[in-house]
Amino acid sequence: MGKETPMADELEKGPWPSFIKEIKRAAEKHPSANDLLKVVERSYKDKVTHWKHGGIVGVTGYGGGVIGRYSDVPEEFPSVAAFHTFRVNHPSGWFYTTKKLRQICDVWEKYGSGLTNFHGSTGDIILLGSPTENLQPCFDALSGIGFDLGGSGSVLRTPTGCVGPARCEWSCIDTLNVIYDLTMEFQDELHRPRWPYKFKIKASGCPNDCVAAIARADFTIIGTWRDSLRIDQDAVREYAEGGLNVEKLVVGKCPTGALEWDEKARELKLKPQDCVRCMHCINKMPKAVRPGLDHGATILIGGKAPILKGANLSWVLIPFIKLEPPYTEIKDLLLKIWDWWDEHGRTRERVAELIQRLGLKTFLRAVGIKPVPQMVNQPRANPYVFF
Amino acid sequence: MAKATLGGMEIEIDEDGFIQEPEKWNESVAEDLAKTEDASPMGGDHWKLVNYLRDYYIKFEIAPPIRMLCKKTGFDLKHIYQLFPSGPAKGACKVAGLPKPTGCV
Repeated sequence: MGKETPMADELEKGPWPSFIKEIKRAAEKHPSANDLLKVVERSYKDKVTHWKHGGIVGVTGYGGGVIGRYSDVPEEFPSVAAFHTFRVNHPSGWFYTTKKLRQICDVWEKYGSGLTNFHGSTGDIILLGSPTENLQPCFDALSGIGFDLGGSGSVLRTPTGCVGPARCEWSCIDTLNVIYDLTMEFQDELHRPRWPYKFKIKASGCPNDCVAAIARADFTIIGTWRDSLRIDQDAVREYAEGGLNVEKLVVGKCPTGALEWDEKARELKLKPQDCVRCMHCINKMPKAVRPGLDHGATILIGGKAPILKGANLSWVLIPFIKLEPPYTEIKDLLLKIWDWWDEHGRTRERVAELIQRLGLKTFLRAVGIKPVPQMVNQPRANPYVFF
Repeated sequence: MAKATLGGMEIEIDEDGFIQEPEKWNESVAEDLAKTEDASPMGGDHWKLVNYLRDYYIKFEIAPPIRMLCKKTGFDLKHIYQLFPSGPAKGACKVAGLPKPTGCV
């Protein structure tokens, strides 16, 4: 095989994981994985993809969840003539028992190529490569082991959040629960396309934003606190005595100058009204500084990658809201946003683009939110350049 | 390109079963396409949906947005999925003889 695919083989070199290695492993069991490897090589040689654009496939009752993939050279690679992708809704926080993982793999060995991607950038489990006739039986088998499809196309994409309180002490909200709750509430929106384009919801437990919800979701939920930072002065002194330059690396890097270091008293002083909850001091001195205790979330709107217009970071819509089940206010707000966007949006226009086209004032009036100074429309224009 | 016998005629179809020769579409072609989409036999509501899609397409050369489809037919999305279990894009548009809707994954 090595001689047949010299360019793809290059990608096996190095100490890191290699998808070529994995395709070759799958190829021992599945002819489609073998053809896939050859298609990859052929594409590198021709410098063009050999997958056609588009294709509509699906399972009964669902408008999304399966992405059609057809080869443009099916006669040369018959085993991947149709090589569709399943998106499978992951559990909140990506927790699995090994038994469940084995069940998924068993289903996929039976109906697909055996190749998986845990997880795609949407958060879903990605199952790569099924022929058209296996789609429905595979979906039925996945349902049988307790899994459902995720979102694809102009739907609510599979909501995703960080691992939150399950493993992280900074989490100010129960990301696992809010993501699960919204997923269950909006099943219809998730499976049956109805909107001008896609809509993404992501939740991060704290402003460290480990799932990059601010850059990757139309509707961003970020855990925060309303009171002030908790500072343990003894622990701060320990950091200072241990060699941490508190003045330069903590106080000097506070973006709003909310901190002061009293060298004489060896005390860290905070001006709570100036703190923007950036997490920098907490990240530098995790034993000494902690978030406050009055937890809730900031809701932001409009994050997206470039399609019609450029990339956007989400901007603040609601500076602070208590986030507690059954999340009625969040759900009502989402329904209002969707209704306005669906009514006025052009094809392939994301909600941020519609807000830019019709104006923030129009949007706020439609969803019944009063303007506040925290709604800075463009905190920074380029999500790829950090401070 | 594959061919299928629909409404007693040989018609070219693409890999997803959308007809490639729209001028050959007629009601018996639609009835046969409906069989491939689990939407057979077609009743009054099926035809209302299909006719709306065709009229819109002939006028604007594009499939209507889902919201408009629901508003103009008076059907909610749930009912549309009951009529065409694979949905308005894959099911109803195919039966109506429209070109395959394009979309983002």
